[in-house]
Amino acid sequence: MKKKECVAMLLAGGQGTRLGVLTQKLAKPAVPFGGKYRIIDFTLSNCANSGIDTVGVLTQYRPLELHSYIGIGSAWDLDRERGGVMVLPPYVKTNGGEWYKGTANAVYQNLEYLENYQPEYVVVLSGDHVYKMDYSKMLAFHKQNDADATIAVIEVPISEASRFGIMNTDKTSRIIEFEEKPKEPKNNLASMGVYVFNYSILKQYLTEDAKDQSSANDFGKNIIPKMLAAKQKLYAYAFEGYWKDVGTLESLWEANMDLLGDNPKFDLFDRSWRVYTVNPNQPPQYIANNSKVVDTLVNEGCVIYGELSRSVIFPGVYVGEGAEVKHSVIMPGAKIQPGARVYKSIVGSNAVIGENSQIGVLDSAKTLEEIPLTVIGDGEHISPNSTVLEARRV
Amino acid sequence: MAINVNDLMGVLILAENQNILKELTMRRQLAAIPFGARYRIIDFALSNLVNAGIRNVGVFVQEKYRSLMDHLGIGKEWDLNRQRDGLFILPPEKYNDGSNSLVLNGDILLLRRHLDYLIRSKQEYVVIFNGPIVMNIDLKRMFEKHLASNADISLLYQVDSSERQRTSNTEILTDQDSRVTSIKINPFVNSSLKMLLDTFIMKRTLLIELVDSAVAEGGFDLVRDILIKNLKSLRIYGCEFSGYARKINSLECYFKTSMELLDPKVSEELFFAHGPIFTKVKNEPPVIYTKDADVKNSLVANGCRIEGTVENSILFRGVKIEKGAQVKNSIIMQKSSIGNGSALENVIIDKDCVISPNKRLMGAATYPLVIGKATVL
Repeated sequence: MKKKECVAMLLAGGQGTRLGVLTQKLAKPAVPFGGKYRIIDFTLSNCANSGIDTVGVLTQYRPLELHSYIGIGSAWDLDRERGGVMVLPPYVKTNGGEWYKGTANAVYQNLEYLENYQPEYVVVLSGDHVYKMDYSKMLAFHKQNDADATIAVIEVPISEASRFGIMNTDKTSRIIEFEEKPKEPKNNLASMGVYVFNYSILKQYLTEDAKDQSSANDFGKNIIPKMLAAKQKLYAYAFEGYWKDVGTLESLWEANMDLLGDNPKFDLFDRSWRVYTVNPNQPPQYIANNSKVVDTLVNEGCVIYGELSRSVIFPGVYVGEGAEVKHSVIMPGAKIQPGARVYKSIVGSNAVIGENSQIGVLDSAKTLEEIPLTVIGDGEHISPNSTVLEARRV
Repeated sequence: MAINVNDLMGVLILAENQNILKELTMRRQLAAIPFGARYRIIDFALSNLVNAGIRNVGVFVQEKYRSLMDHLGIGKEWDLNRQRDGLFILPPEKYNDGSNSLVLNGDILLLRRHLDYLIRSKQEYVVIFNGPIVMNIDLKRMFEKHLASNADISLLYQVDSSERQRTSNTEILTDQDSRVTSIKINPFVNSSLKMLLDTFIMKRTLLIELVDSAVAEGGFDLVRDILIKNLKSLRIYGCEFSGYARKINSLECYFKTSMELLDPKVSEELFFAHGPIFTKVKNEPPVIYTKDADVKNSLVANGCRIEGTVENSILFRGVKIEKGAQVKNSIIMQKSSIGNGSALENVIIDKDCVISPNKRLMGAATYPLVIGKATVL
């Protein structure tokens, strides 16, 4: 028996339709982020840094790239003799198989995996958030309250609260009510999609939920409300710090910009909480004589002859002489040919922006910050001297 | 000719025991010297071996090898963490052979100490790097030529008409069939432009035999006691390498070779020509350039934070250049930081140094000033 006190289940099957062209060939958690990482790195690094060494990664949509990326988990120190990372796609059982119908159903279909470890607690995580969080502190809070389940919450501006699942709590942080996207939110404590469950209770609710034909088999929509209705002890754990759901193109762009500046909102250089990733083996970056690089993150393997400002540049990117990249995110292997200009755009992996082309909707009445975002899909070729003025999505 | 790389193993002999790069080699071997913003000199030889498909590599080390062991680990980055074969690090051992010292002055003495490793290995041929060369070579081509020429030993050379050849180098002469007719170690007057690149291919059993008999007869040097001695009795052939290759044998040479990497043609060839150069991976974030950064013609590795001015320089991983600092024609190694208002020119800063604000450090363009590891100035 390989008993583990705590096992994490990481939900990474989402398609991320709102990321449009960027998720045509890969799952949302595999989308590149921050000049070097993929979105899932943050959650996996949180697990490693929190001392959780057994992580099941539930995949479904376009799993190839995600599976090969995770591998045996060595990048996150999750290649373990006992436990470690395990990729869990849907599979066929004796009486047929089925896709994961919802977040709760995905965990339910893998109860066998959890049974292996006989855990006391199960942490349920989402693979599409950018944040640094010590789950061991949340687990301690959970134990201290003798809770059945604990949900991490973060304060959001009240004006935006209606976009989130909002927790209404009493003075002791016990959750008395949960409202999914309320029109008139009673407070601003939003669920981060991070849960700690007592395993025995989770198993019971997942099994019951699986029998319920009318259920969407979703943690937020079904499991939590059912637990609240049954008067289980649910607590809200208040998280302080940076947290961002990068589910839309705008929020993905914004989160990238949050890494820049003298005091960035999200600090990648924090030695106390490292973000681990699969490191491509690329030579050092070369910054040429007539180039100018300011307020920008640049990764290895880049060759820069042009001007970069307020941008995030992934490995192996080439920026030709006289080219200009501003307020943009340039994904791995993309080429910005000489004289091309890129303003407030996300340029997908291996895309080529032809010579003297212009990408981005310049508007003299607006700052670069304010103009709409333009997105060029993976591998797209923009021919020389063309202008992509509309804020394209697909 | 069809070759089978499964017939090949690699041997890397790191026998030097002097501080040939002064402060930089005080506590590490030449092979472990940081080079090219994120590599160590040994990465080139090792990558050349694995890029040729070689999966059995023995690294024979002499002394000051802690830094090297830390770098190589279990050989994971070179894909040499194998169940069968893989990476073998072979440090000196004390034998009951009457010698009191662990330090062995001679490359073949190192091989002799671990002859059992060579005997146990299964491959028919050995590629030997006698010291680390900075190059990106297709060793399969050399192996092909070796087999085609029916040679007992093939050695690699480059034609070099530059000034470098006057400092410690071994020159060779060949006949029209490329058979080596003469080898001279550090001659005062050169009679050939063909300079030995310390890389050899021969049969494993031949190597064992030659090392054993040379050492038994009091020999200690591969070139002197094996090659020169057997010029007539063995078929020793030369194989020309026309790409970029540098033998680092002095501080000036290290500095000059490093600066040559700023030519994109050179770095393109060295980093990509016949496969990538692998190195120990560090989990560093991308480089952040702040609003005041001004960087020109430089190579920069991940984890650097640049707020100042950098020109014609090489920055290793995790270097910090503060606002107002000026770095010119210099090499700054891992995790060193250059304080606000400091000016550096023609300087090599070793790892973990702290240069406090408003310091001026100046070396000569041909002879850099070296600041030793972990110095606080």
